[in-house]
Amino acid sequence: METISEKENKIVDEFEIYDDWLDKYNYLIEMGKDLPQIDEKHKVKQNLISGCQSSVWLYGEYRDGRVYFSADSDAVITKGIVNLLIRVLSGQTPQAIIDTDLVFIDKIGLKEHLSPTRSNGLVSMIKQMKLYALAFKTKYELKSEK
Amino acid sequence: MNFDVEKIRKDFPLLQRTVYNKPLIYLDNAATNQKPRQVLQRMADYYENENSNIHRGTHKLSIQATTAYEQARQTVAQFIHAPAAEQIIFTKGTTESINLVAATFGERFVQNGDEILITHMEHHSNIVPWQLMCGRRGATLRVADIAEDGTLDMDDFKRKLTPKTKLVAFAHVSNTLGTINPAQQLVKLAHDAGARVLIDGAQAVAHLPVDVQALDCDFYCFSAHKIYGPMGNGVLYGKKEILEELPPYQGGGEMISEVTFDKTTFNELPFRFEAGTPNVAGALGLEAALHYIQSVGARAMHQYENDLLLYATEKLSAISGLIIYGNSPEKTGVVTFNLAGIHSYDVGTLLDKFGVAVRTGHMCTQPLTVFYGVPGFIRASFSMYNTRQEVDALADAILRSREMLL
Repeated sequence: METISEKENKIVDEFEIYDDWLDKYNYLIEMGKDLPQIDEKHKVKQNLISGCQSSVWLYGEYRDGRVYFSADSDAVITKGIVNLLIRVLSGQTPQAIIDTDLVFIDKIGLKEHLSPTRSNGLVSMIKQMKLYALAFKTKYELKSEK
Repeated sequence: MNFDVEKIRKDFPLLQRTVYNKPLIYLDNAATNQKPRQVLQRMADYYENENSNIHRGTHKLSIQATTAYEQARQTVAQFIHAPAAEQIIFTKGTTESINLVAATFGERFVQNGDEILITHMEHHSNIVPWQLMCGRRGATLRVADIAEDGTLDMDDFKRKLTPKTKLVAFAHVSNTLGTINPAQQLVKLAHDAGARVLIDGAQAVAHLPVDVQALDCDFYCFSAHKIYGPMGNGVLYGKKEILEELPPYQGGGEMISEVTFDKTTFNELPFRFEAGTPNVAGALGLEAALHYIQSVGARAMHQYENDLLLYATEKLSAISGLIIYGNSPEKTGVVTFNLAGIHSYDVGTLLDKFGVAVRTGHMCTQPLTVFYGVPGFIRASFSMYNTRQEVDALADAILRSREMLL
């Protein structure tokens, strides 16, 4: 399994070929459309992160020491970034998720979408992904260390 | 009067800037509009030459600043045709004006079982203060329905106006739909039912002639920053006989007449509602903005904006899949829309990249998103300095965004 920074580098490389913002957003929109569908049973209010611009549904589960995420959004550009975040963080260990700074978002020039003022649900989504990781670590890993 | 938009644009320094290496097309004027140099200069001049605390000093500067501040009050009174300057209370903005009335009018006049009537198209700042007040006073907040075209349902308004209604509060112009409410008629109906009336004029003052005496409203509020003035200053107009009956809002300096530890007597209007050092530069900036409008010619400005609205409506309506919300026959320069099957956030994000600044989201009118069954809207709103070329650029950017998103 690739590490978080290996996956981040791969995404940075993918975006590097586009120097025009139009192409970059076209690619992001494609990523949004390609986001694997979340299981409908997880698309419930309890998993909803409401922003005043767009909303995100996020579900996380723990299997064999790793955290797996699925998510959705009502806006396709938000979905594109959600897709990137899932590619990078899903399948990683709780500790790796807790420790990451997610520098790739800045490197590919999409940092503005993670500004709290955008209110698109993404800032809360990352916080929520880290909370999932922390909860799974506490629940499964600290217990077994005893 | 000849309306020369290119000459006007030169007065607005911010309009000269670019975003993402493109000329800025600023169409978020209903959120706040840009400031002419005359306003900025007046405020700088105050701090450079007149700054001192008002209403207290005997020294030259303080007298000069006090005179200027009171002159600004006079200018505001004339602009909205208030009978006297003492009926103009300076606040931080429309929101504070409404909260002031909700707190003081509520305390003095609203009892358990009374009702406050608003409309479905109100901005959150004309909903939440009444909700809070109703909670404190045991009163009920009632909401008059709107029709699909974004106009007020007059029958429903009349139905919900009852002998229990103590106050009616409504937007002169809807910030999301642009609807101009029949204010004079609503005030008359409310008065006939024995209710007082507050008009939220935040979206009206820059786009319509406002005459508070002709309207006969009991309160009228607006913000300086939506009429080419600075942020942090606003106005509450009130009828004298009602203002005089209201208890104080905030306590502090300026609003008192005599203070002992046993008892305080309060200053006269309008000072009793202006506790603490006010935003003097803000009031002077507002005055400069009103003078600016007068120099341009208010009537010519309104006419120009109306022509631009008609042009924008025609231009955007021609885009297939574009749905306009708010089709009131009486409307100001706001076009709120969505593209069928596309989220407003996506459109707003791409329009921004094309250099077009619009507002997206719920516009602080969440009940309207529920009414129209959408997560949000996209709003292009115009000021006197916008042009047909900018509308064309907006339409072009919408088409290109739609192509990318569909």
